[in-house]
Amino acid sequence: MVQEEEISKRDEPIMSNDDSLLKAEGIYKSYRMGATEVRVLKGVDLAVKKGEFLAIVGVSGSGKSTLLHILGALDRPDKGVVRFQGRDLSRHSESELNRFRNKMVGFVFQFYHLLDELNVLENVFLPAMVSKGIVGWIASRGRAKSRARELLAQLGLRERGNHKPYQLSGGERQRVAIGRALMNEPRILLADEPTGNLDSATGNGILEVFEKLNKAGQTIVMVSHDERIAQKAGRIITLADGKIGHKSIRA
Amino acid sequence: MYKIILPFRYLFKKHISYLAFLAVSLCVFIVVVVMTVMTGLVTDFKQKNHRYVGDCVVSTESLVGFAYYEDFVNILEREDFIEGISAVVKSYALVSPKGTEDNIGVEIMGIDPVSHSQTTGFGKTLYYRKDDVSKAFKPVYAPERNGCVVGVDLMLMRDAKGRYAYRASPAEMAFAVSCFPLTAKGALAKAGTGLVNTETFYYSDISHSGLARVDSSLVYLPFERAQLLCGMAGAVKRANVIHIKFKPNVKLAAGCEKVASLWQRFVEERSGEKRADLLEKVTVQSWKDYRRAFIAAMEKEQTMLTVMFALVGITTVFIVFVVFYMIISHKSKDIGILKSIGVSNGDVVSLFSGFAFLVGLLGSVVGLFAGWLFLLKINQIEDWLFERFGFQLWDRTIYAIGDIPNRIDLKVLGIIILSAIVACLAGAFVPSRQAARSAPVEALQVNPV
Repeated sequence: MVQEEEISKRDEPIMSNDDSLLKAEGIYKSYRMGATEVRVLKGVDLAVKKGEFLAIVGVSGSGKSTLLHILGALDRPDKGVVRFQGRDLSRHSESELNRFRNKMVGFVFQFYHLLDELNVLENVFLPAMVSKGIVGWIASRGRAKSRARELLAQLGLRERGNHKPYQLSGGERQRVAIGRALMNEPRILLADEPTGNLDSATGNGILEVFEKLNKAGQTIVMVSHDERIAQKAGRIITLADGKIGHKSIRA
Repeated sequence: MYKIILPFRYLFKKHISYLAFLAVSLCVFIVVVVMTVMTGLVTDFKQKNHRYVGDCVVSTESLVGFAYYEDFVNILEREDFIEGISAVVKSYALVSPKGTEDNIGVEIMGIDPVSHSQTTGFGKTLYYRKDDVSKAFKPVYAPERNGCVVGVDLMLMRDAKGRYAYRASPAEMAFAVSCFPLTAKGALAKAGTGLVNTETFYYSDISHSGLARVDSSLVYLPFERAQLLCGMAGAVKRANVIHIKFKPNVKLAAGCEKVASLWQRFVEERSGEKRADLLEKVTVQSWKDYRRAFIAAMEKEQTMLTVMFALVGITTVFIVFVVFYMIISHKSKDIGILKSIGVSNGDVVSLFSGFAFLVGLLGSVVGLFAGWLFLLKINQIEDWLFERFGFQLWDRTIYAIGDIPNRIDLKVLGIIILSAIVACLAGAFVPSRQAARSAPVEALQVNPV
């Protein structure tokens, strides 16, 4: 409990000169592939406002997933700063970054990435379990389980709690992944090609879930190679040649 | 909590985990069985040696013996830490059953059966006079005659199962015991005459110490008769050995130290007296040191086995390492997922360490249980193998082993369980640390571009 309060205090905005929830400034990232250095991001500037649904669009290999991972502290930039509520993520210690990933962001991956050994309900409340010790978990598991059940009901998976991931369809698995991402009520949801592995009807269902969440106030950043999918977002930016190119705002 | 739930799920839902589990179980099974049998044999052998000589031995290697032993026995009798003292004459002799021309070279020990039983386990090795050792040298068929107690293997044959064919009472047999009496200077006492002293003794009992060498070559005689036979009953009487038993609360090293110091003082007091030079060659040793030559060989075998099983243990660590490496490689996606929801590197290591602990604990429990079952029935299994296929672990006609020892030592069990868990943790540590250090993006195997 104390830890959670500390995190909340630490993550209170310390800069008030803009209303960005997440801000990336001059992000550079390159990878070494054999003898060749591949420069993926070449000075990306980006700001995500609270309550916004932002889509980052780009062709395969444009660096959009890399950017998303950097925004969610799954990866570090070579150069540049990512600020969350005004705080520079690079100044966070490892344990602060772990708490950041646990409390502040929720990830949705293209390939769902659910744990096969856990059932659907357990997969959803896993982030809550991770943030607690044994005693803390025993004390709070009732609340966590009812929150997980509530999320599954909202995502149309009320009856699937005891099923194993392999017993679900692709769309259902992705909704479980969304439930897991939302479990700790993160400030921002980061989705990496969430429909990339689904047929268009199922993909649309997932996008509808995102739209509903956004309408309820959830900040979402989604990357996609498909501009039609990105149309569901409130704002679209294009990543090309490692830089932010075209920007558009949906009417 | 996930660090408890996930290891259980990994163990029971991943078939590859069974390999690690099986490797640990098998290794523990083998180690438990072999260590129990070997430790049992060594412990048994040591106990038999301890019973054979008592706690402390004042002795000389010389067949001449040493003088003034009675005075030293008197000194020892006044000490409150001593429970039993037995002076012994030791030598070699030729034994020939009367009425035959056969003879055999044996070791003879002249003892007082009562004091020797109070000091050593002699009384319990007897077959006929176990309940009244004072009559050990009184043959039931002729109590007035000089009796002798013969090592069991000199008298009886063992059957294939190691059992002796005891008779209800000792057979009426006489032995001519001949030995070369020596002067205090070590010269032949009867040079120029008959050279040897020969006396007839009647078979009164057998002694089964469980020590193959002793049982196959030792004949006990009454102390005074043996002293006469060996030429040690002159004006200055001599003996070769004084066996000593300490009171139960006396520690072996402390007791031996006290005896050594008493002996040192005794030698100093006697210096200059007739035949005091013989006292210089006398040593004071604990039973372990006195029987070192025999025990060391057995201990060496045990050490070699321990080393061999340490190698088995290293192999198990390697197997566990390989299995864990495979498991953790398969679980890289899980590691990425866990890290993406805020699990730290340390928690990833502890998650897989928990898994390794579980494999080690359950594997060793199963191995121990199987080992315990096997040991419980090991003698029946050996009997069955012998009856069916003629196979015996130790040929009982050669080795002085009764049943195969199967008493499990709890301390050894504790060490084995602990070692198995440590081996698993060691095997899992490197791959889990490597996995924990990998970047979440790499662990998720997401194309970074």
